[in-house]
This record gives sequence, C-alpha cells and structure tokens, in this order.
Amino acid sequence: MKCGFQSLIDSFFWNLGAGGQASVSGGMHTVTVFILACFIGYYLVWNVTPALHAPLISVTNAISSVIIVGAIFAAAQHFYGHARIFGFVAIVLTAINIFGGFTITHRMLNMFRRNK
Amino acid sequence: MIADTLYLIAAVCFIFALSGLSRAESAQRGNLCGIFGMTTACVAAYLTTRSGDFWFVLIAVISGGGIGVFIAKAVSMTALPQMVAGFHSLVGLAAVLISFSACFAPELFRISTSSGIKVLSLLEMGLGSSIGAITFLGSIIAFLKLQGMYKGHSIPTSLNTFFAFAICCLLLCFMLTESEEAFLLLTLVSLLFGATLIMPIGGADMPVVVSMLNSYSGWATSGIGFTIANDLLIITGALVGSSGAILSYIMCKGMNRSLWSVIFTPEPAKSVNKSTFDEPRTFKSGAPEDAAFILKNANSVVVVPGYGMATSKAQHALKELGDILKKEGIGVKYAIHPVAGRMPGHMNVLLAEAGVPYDEVFELDEINRDFAFCDVAYVIGANDVVNPAAKNDPSCPIYGMPILDAEKAKIILFLKRSMGTGYAGVDNELFYISNTMMLLGDAKKTTENIIKAMQ
Repeated sequence: MKCGFQSLIDSFFWNLGAGGQASVSGGMHTVTVFILACFIGYYLVWNVTPALHAPLISVTNAISSVIIVGAIFAAAQHFYGHARIFGFVAIVLTAINIFGGFTITHRMLNMFRRNK
Repeated sequence: MIADTLYLIAAVCFIFALSGLSRAESAQRGNLCGIFGMTTACVAAYLTTRSGDFWFVLIAVISGGGIGVFIAKAVSMTALPQMVAGFHSLVGLAAVLISFSACFAPELFRISTSSGIKVLSLLEMGLGSSIGAITFLGSIIAFLKLQGMYKGHSIPTSLNTFFAFAICCLLLCFMLTESEEAFLLLTLVSLLFGATLIMPIGGADMPVVVSMLNSYSGWATSGIGFTIANDLLIITGALVGSSGAILSYIMCKGMNRSLWSVIFTPEPAKSVNKSTFDEPRTFKSGAPEDAAFILKNANSVVVVPGYGMATSKAQHALKELGDILKKEGIGVKYAIHPVAGRMPGHMNVLLAEAGVPYDEVFELDEINRDFAFCDVAYVIGANDVVNPAAKNDPSCPIYGMPILDAEKAKIILFLKRSMGTGYAGVDNELFYISNTMMLLGDAKKTTENIIKAMQ
C-alpha cells in the first residue's frame, strides 16, 4: 500500500492530536507514559548503591525481556504460520533471558546477603 | 480490562524490583517482585490472545527457561560480563523477530487499517527492529571480545556515519512505501551498524559498552511497546533504557571521557613517552616472603582489586589473606574504582563471591583519603586506575581520570603479571618509586605464597 508524504504528516498529527477515534498505535498517551517512565527510571537508578550495579544490569536485562508479551501474541495464534514461528523463537530467546537473568541476579544477591 | 490491570501490576512490580536494589537487604525481595511481575505479564499476554495455543507457548517458555537457568547456574562470576552481553543479544534478536511478525502479520497486533499499516506504527516498528538489530550484533561482538575470541578492528568514523544516515533514509522509505524490502534492508544495515559500532571499542571501555547495550535493549523493548501499543513494554523499556544510560554515564565519568569519545574515538592515542621504553627503568621486585613480612608489620591495609584479580580468580585467596590479617589485628579495607573490571560492579560481585563483608568494601570517594593514613596499599591486578600520571601528566591519554591515590600509602605492594602497560598503553610511574615493591607473577599464586609465608 502506498502512503504519500501528506498522509504521513496527517497520520502523525492524527495520532498525536485528539482525533475522534482512539488511535491504535497510541499517540500522545504512549509518549506521555514513555517520558514519565524515563523519569521514574532516572530517579530509581540513581538510588541504587554502586556495589549492586552488576545485579542491576542483570535484573534490568531480565525485565527488558518483557517483550515476551509481544512474542506470546504472535505465537499463540493459529492463522499466520511465519509470524507464529517468529513468535515461538522469540519466546524461547526471551525465556532464556528471563529465567537466566533472574537466576543469576538471585545468585549474586545471595552472595551479598551471606556476607552481611 | 483484566489484562490491562495485570499489566499495571507487572509495571509496579518492576519498579519495586529496581527500587529494592537501593540496599543489599531489600535487593532479594526486589528480585522476587521482578519474577512475580514477569509471571503476571505473561499471564496477561496469554489472556489477551483469547484461547491461544497454550501448549505451543508453554513448550517455548520451558525450553528457553531451562537453557536460561542452566547457563545462569553454570557461569562463573568472572565470566559475568560475557554472559550479560550474550543475554543482551537475545533481547535484541527477539525484538527483531517480533517486529518481523508485526510487519508480516499486522492484523495480529491490531495495527493495520483498511489502507495498510498506520504510518506511526511503521515508524515504531522500524525503530524497534533497527535498535533490536543493533543490540543483537553489537552484543555478539561485545561477547566475543569479552570472551577473548575477537580482538577488534578499527572502523573509520565515516562508515558509521554512513550507516546511521542509511538507517534514517531506509526508515523514511519504509514509512512512505510500507515495502517489506525496505524493512529487511533496514534491519540488515542496522545489524552491520551494531557490529561496526562495537568492533573498535577497546577492552578498558568494556564497562561502558556493557551498560550501553543494556540501555539499547531497553530502548528496543520500548520500540516494540510502541509498535504493539502496550504500556507495560513502554514503561519497562524506559526503565531499562534509562538505567543503562545512567550506568554508561557513571562509567564514562569514572574514566573522564565523554560517551561520544568512547564510541567514536575508541582507542586512546598511544602517545606514550617513548623515552620511558628506551632504557629499562629500575624497579624493586620482591618475594612473597618480603611481602608477608611487610603486611605483618602493618596497621592498616587497603586492597585495590582490578581486572587482573578476575582473570586469575584470586578473590578467594585474597579473602583468606584478609582474614589472616584481621586475625592479627590489622585493618583491611577494599577500594573499588568505578571502572575496575569489565562491567559496572564487577569487582563488588567477585569480592562478595569470595565472602568479603560488604562493609569492608568502599567506593572511590569514600576511601581515597584513607590511602594517606594506611601502611600498605595492596594493588592486585589493577594498573591504570592507580596511575598517578592521570593527575600529573597532561599529555597522557588517561589524564583527568579520577584515580585511587595508592601512591600516598607508605608501602605499595603491586601484584602484576608482567611489567607491561595497562589497557591505556601508559607506563605507570608507580612501578618505579622507592616505596613500591613489585610482585610479578600470577596474582592468585602470589597471594597464596604470601599466605604460606605468613603461617
């Protein structure tokens, strides 16, 4: 499908503005959520003690795999073969990350707790 | 509605997971919150699919989870940076795959209209895939470097500029035409860009690279979140992205370099004073017995661990030595430079692994004044982070980097594999001053020999 430049601009403002129907791809709402979350992240991370920076990296690595949500959408459906395969592989990859990330964080934190 | 509530719960759990890390006592609880949040998110995602193929999903989760747990249990703490880099690459690849499914089956994510996919969704999809691809191959390169399997090549900055420009053009092209070819090409160029971005970055800058890739994996998650209009992914991605960005900033500050210079002028110019190499300078080398004698007669010892401790796995021997010293009534403290090791907090984890109590471990600002009052600085596997040239010699490449003032200690015991220079390629004045004793050889063996000599 061909979209002209004009429609690109239209669509952009349509998404950002209060365009009658709720736009599917978010628009201003998602941008608001994103920016506020960046600020939360900023203050949270400055509070982390430097000694725990390694667990911080491994736990953020684990939670960034929350894109498994998108992978589940793609894998659980029955209609699109190739999307389904992509989804399956993506679930396997993110599951490695989630389980691995939380396990290694747990291991590290146990070391810190033991030495209290 | 139910799913949205569950997503909200998951997002709050992730926030608790990070806030738990502000203290070691609450960190473990934070990790459990994270696990709970992730489970909630997966359940919510499955509920949204409305009677999706449960077993298909479960098989994928179990097989991936099994591999993940196995890796995480098997990996040694020394190899932590490689493992983290490897894991980052998986997030990147998953982001690419999900964008692909979104591109080829947009109906799945409800982003298509009668006239094709929404333009904004195309932008988000393209960005998600592009950042994912950069994270994927960049992390693979970082993994190979940390594993010592790849040494690195220098890449002309113009090539990186070209790739960045090409990515922007392809992104625009994809938005305007919705052509799958443009999408594939965009992903391909982003892959190349990821590789060329990380290839030239040197070993000492690895802490920055690891945090930077951490940040990218977060932005990729956000990108996918925008594509499929899922607030949880956007929030989590933003948390992870800003976390990685702050860590990169802290690491850069620890080296007095800008992020820009780490990425685009990776190898610090080796403008070493040649005269220092022409004539071999004299230094005092000692035997473990001498070191044992010095340590026994000290009142306070500050240990400065570096990457060398990690490579020779000397942390356990070091802990044993510390215990012996404490039994003799000698004060022992550990001084950690922000960029010691190959990832942020690497040294802290290794010391914790060996069982060093964390109230004996101090950051640069907390301990730097203590060197003037301590009898022995025990430098084990560190080099550039104690090099006084960073303060005195404006012509040296690491000038301006904050260092640990080990030179102020009465006696410096320097455990080092050889007289070679550190990663920055700078000779260290500290080797040649009169109150330094060099103990050349493997850090672990030397420490063990010192312990033997003390008993």
